[in-house]
Amino acid sequence: MGNILVIGEHQDGKVKKVTQELVTKAAELAGQIGGEVDVVLVGHGLQNPAELGSFGAKKVYVVDTPKLEKYNTEGCVKVISDLAQEAKPSVILGTASPLGKDLLPRLAARLNAGLAADCTDLKIDGGKLVATRPIYSGKAFVDVKFEGDLQIASARPNSFVAKAAGAGASAEVVQKNIDPGELRAVMKEIVKGKSDKADLTEAAVIVSGGRAMKAAENFKILNELADVIGATVGASRAAVDSGYAAHDMQVGQTGKVVNPNLYIACGISGAIQHLAGMRTSKVIVAINKDPEAPIFTKADYGIVGDLFQVVPLLTQEFKKVLTE
Amino acid sequence: MKIAVLIKQVPDTETKIRIKADSSGTEADGIKYIISPYDEYAVEEALKTKEKAGAGEVVVVSLGPARCVEAIRTALAMGADRGIHIDDGGIPMDPFVTAKVLANALKNENPSIIFTGRQAIDDDAAQVPQMVAEFLNLPQVMIAEKFELNAAKNGATVYRRVGGGAKEVYDVAFPALVGAEKGLNTPRYASLPGIMKAKTKPMAALKASDLVGEAKPKTVNTNYRLPPERKAGKVLQGEPEQVVKELVKLLREEAKVI
Repeated sequence: MGNILVIGEHQDGKVKKVTQELVTKAAELAGQIGGEVDVVLVGHGLQNPAELGSFGAKKVYVVDTPKLEKYNTEGCVKVISDLAQEAKPSVILGTASPLGKDLLPRLAARLNAGLAADCTDLKIDGGKLVATRPIYSGKAFVDVKFEGDLQIASARPNSFVAKAAGAGASAEVVQKNIDPGELRAVMKEIVKGKSDKADLTEAAVIVSGGRAMKAAENFKILNELADVIGATVGASRAAVDSGYAAHDMQVGQTGKVVNPNLYIACGISGAIQHLAGMRTSKVIVAINKDPEAPIFTKADYGIVGDLFQVVPLLTQEFKKVLTE
Repeated sequence: MKIAVLIKQVPDTETKIRIKADSSGTEADGIKYIISPYDEYAVEEALKTKEKAGAGEVVVVSLGPARCVEAIRTALAMGADRGIHIDDGGIPMDPFVTAKVLANALKNENPSIIFTGRQAIDDDAAQVPQMVAEFLNLPQVMIAEKFELNAAKNGATVYRRVGGGAKEVYDVAFPALVGAEKGLNTPRYASLPGIMKAKTKPMAALKASDLVGEAKPKTVNTNYRLPPERKAGKVLQGEPEQVVKELVKLLREEAKVI
């Protein structure tokens, strides 16, 4: 018998969708090892933690402290490791978000355990966790097995589907008072980005532009399409290095590795490093003038044509059908 | 000010990955190796910080087989002062053990700042820096895209990139570990005089087996494989208006993603 502890994430106090996804998956895994799923939420002003019960959580530990209203690595590691030592889960799961990627390795080191990071699948084999993760930005895959009793993994957003199986079921909320200890790197402020769109790593739909965008202002047509279909705008390395797009928009081996349901590549030829960053997209659409562009060999749907003509037409067509 | 930089030598980003016949790993022959791109930003930031501090030294540390010396020499040619190569000697490694070995090597150095990449682009584990920070009991700021040394030179303001274009701004006191992100700087090229000079700079040779202590791997990688090959799908033919209509219909009715 082993319980699974999920490290929950929230924004402005509201539990994030990635946490619902993870709790859903954890409930499936816990069923196979005869344990329960508990969640820990750390922060200040957390809303409706009991609702995670409908995704399969049994208990939600809430550590509400003004000291951790803003995220802090050391504080969160201290709080969660103290809680884990008391709750003794056999598996700890978190999200491979900027927060999870920062926190989980340090937590694993503190708990003297191993971590499988940025996994795209998790399963139980012989009572133990087996975590599947991409390496070389998805050019290869590997299964990670654990030595030792405590197994820790982080999962890439959009890897699992959040299902409210027990609609209306509520989890037991356990308030915990744990001191975050000394904080040496202190967050002063958060500088908000220009867009309120989902981060590329969490986006369900992405529209990306490549070198063929020719200028930064031409990204306007991608933004217009993105607004209509609720997408986040990305870019290839060529577009970023040419100064057409910001660094944090780069998809690929030295940019962000993405995992959306739909990836629309506009004027992107499909260099090996770019393909590595977006190959786990569920559906890929390529729009490119060059019929020989490598991207067409990976795309589910291709349009050979000028993106400056095709993209605005696509925006119009989506606008039409989505308002019908 | 003593600044340490952790670098890893990795296959060039253009490398086509091949898997060993028994799925136990990736083929290593015929590969061109480079400094992991994020680590190059770390080297550059260390050099810039030393320049701003006005005095000090930049020590480059790399763990891996003998060929890693080339990566260290490249960093020395960029302007770092001294190298430490830790030969892995083929002992079983995972991120936990790697971090232990590096932390133990750094304990003797006691740097004010440790710069490293936010992740290596081969195993993409993105966990060794944070584990090193934990083992050395240092504060960390990962995914840093801006680093400003404070006036007293005993700390820095670091901008850390998080989701949706947002940045978290941290004040951190030294000693600290910082994980470099793209955008932090533009790494300088090694000049010819720099390359010549690098040949005479000190390079220490350590052994991982002497630094590992009781640490054992906590994770084991198995079943290496290539991803399922994506096949080319439908290329839609016809007038743009018609093709676009068809695509929207397919995305909604066949793929069901919009």
